[in-house]
Amino acid sequence: MEVVLALAIGILIGSGVWLLLRPRTFQLVVGLSLISYAVNLFIFSIGGLAIDKEPILADGVPPDLAHYTDPVPQALVLTAIVISFAMTALLLVIVLASRGMTGTDHVDGTEA
Amino acid sequence: MTALIQGLMPHLMVAPILLPMLIAAVMVLMGEGRRPAKLVLGMSSALLGLALSVALFAWVDAYGAVAYLPGNWPAPFGITLAVDRLSAGLLVLTWILGTCALSFASARWHRAGVHFHPLFQLQLMGLSGAFLTADVFNLFVFFEILLAASYGLLLHGAGKPRVRAGVHYVAVNLAASSLFLIGVSMIYGVTGTLNMAELSARLSEGNVANRHLIDAGAAILAVAFLAKAAAWPLNFWLVPAYASATPPVAAMFAVLTKVGVYALMRLWTLMFAGGPLAGFGADGLFVFGGVSAVLAALGMIASQRLAVQAAAGVMVSAGTLLAALGLGEEAVLGSAMFYLVSSTLASSAFFLLVDLVERWRTGSTAVDEAPFLSATLEAQEVNLDDEGEPLVALPFPASTALMGMAFVACTLLTSGLPPLSTFIGKLGMLSAALGPGSGSAPVSPRAWLFTGVLLGCGLLTLIALTRTGIRTFWPEMQRTPPQVRAPEGLPLVALLAACGVLTLAAGPTMELARATAQSLYDRRGYIDAVLGAAVRPPATVREDDR
Repeated sequence: MEVVLALAIGILIGSGVWLLLRPRTFQLVVGLSLISYAVNLFIFSIGGLAIDKEPILADGVPPDLAHYTDPVPQALVLTAIVISFAMTALLLVIVLASRGMTGTDHVDGTEA
Repeated sequence: MTALIQGLMPHLMVAPILLPMLIAAVMVLMGEGRRPAKLVLGMSSALLGLALSVALFAWVDAYGAVAYLPGNWPAPFGITLAVDRLSAGLLVLTWILGTCALSFASARWHRAGVHFHPLFQLQLMGLSGAFLTADVFNLFVFFEILLAASYGLLLHGAGKPRVRAGVHYVAVNLAASSLFLIGVSMIYGVTGTLNMAELSARLSEGNVANRHLIDAGAAILAVAFLAKAAAWPLNFWLVPAYASATPPVAAMFAVLTKVGVYALMRLWTLMFAGGPLAGFGADGLFVFGGVSAVLAALGMIASQRLAVQAAAGVMVSAGTLLAALGLGEEAVLGSAMFYLVSSTLASSAFFLLVDLVERWRTGSTAVDEAPFLSATLEAQEVNLDDEGEPLVALPFPASTALMGMAFVACTLLTSGLPPLSTFIGKLGMLSAALGPGSGSAPVSPRAWLFTGVLLGCGLLTLIALTRTGIRTFWPEMQRTPPQVRAPEGLPLVALLAACGVLTLAAGPTMELARATAQSLYDRRGYIDAVLGAAVRPPATVREDDR
């Protein structure tokens, strides 16, 4: 599981950075989204990977960290998802305005 | 008055965040029009916030750092707000800039788009929150709030240059925010805490496991802050963005880079001022700060546009501060804080002045820079003056003198020449870096380098601004005298007067700045205040007690 997660984060970040370095605004938006997915996975993994463990106290399970996953990274991921979602929407608006005003989807507003 | 504040503390701490948030919410509900009402609301909020932050500063200066638990959870678990002299001082600075920029915008610029006023309040909220929070993740949230508002404000007035600079600005800041999250989560993964005071306490315990992971996390976090503080090589977005923003917005943005500097000051002194990890990354901060200050000063020489020079001036001051932080000496940091306050006030005044000068020089604002203010749109009755009148002002007889004097003051302040306050800040930094603070030991090469950077930047800035000043003010031309309206002239004078007050009261304010730096490096007061914040008993228990 660790290998799969690490690969997923690595591939997402790699693709995101590559797209970020492209000159088109659409690629910029997709690149930033991929990076934010990778960051979310990274935050999620920071509390340790576990299967079948409760994030909140449950009846009949002894209350020590060996039996629970860390709930804080999940709360952080939730916040990060909401914020990156809003920021992507904002970026889309700006990118569309730029496309409308300059007539091109180049990030500098001019070709070349 | 003191009794009232005494009674309201510590709840008063959350007021600089809640006040602009509620006002912004009311403004959004008011819809797109009603600009006079929104202006009155916004100005009252700014003045009240200014009074609040001054009260907070006075309180903190008298009683030391205070923490507040908004959710009433004990300190390392819930969200914590904390205020010490540094936070309170920057809070006062923020609200001074807010009041002045809003007043300047009220003359003209707030009509250039529809949602200026709520965005401006949200900007103030994000800034106040970033200075008040004592939690690394919460810092991220407030960063995003202030950035989201700044994206909106940057685009205020629309126009091609603004949108083009906006794409770059937003993209760089979103990428930096991703790095911020990675850094925060790495530090959480190793130390198991997000609370800054708890983090500092754990790191100073000595037996730090995985210190290389902490170093890596802190370095990634620092990259995010350095990008916000416009340190080389992450600073290429700043000049186009600030130079194309509407002037009152740019005046407010003058404090945005200082948020990055503040975050670095706060976290670096908390994490790396003592204990086993001491001194990590200081060289990096010194190099990046010095290089960005020098490059920005060269950029001022290279440009002939006043707005670009004002934006580069912001980068010079941010770079100088980072280099001063990288020296890692308490006395240098104290004077650097004095310099921070005065150079931010100066940059803000400079942005306001640039608008007046450009309008005077070019006759009116170029159409491309403000399509909503152009004559054709007014003829179509789009975005007319509130009274439906054309925007004509009465000539102000002393206006040429005012603008000339303001330009001289801005030049002296930006380049750090005597007799104004940035000179005192720079002199303090230099005498602390070179002076007897280091004992009989010879002056270190780093201190000499710092001296060179500071003096060199001052010289380059002076050359650039003098040249532009001559080009702007001296040519013999059939020009009408500039038109300066009271809401535009007053904030400019107020910002420069604040620098003048800092100059005249240099003794006590420098003492205050030194004490601030001392408490930053001491850390105990902050950690005790945050971790010792008392949880309030629930109301039912208090009734039982009776």
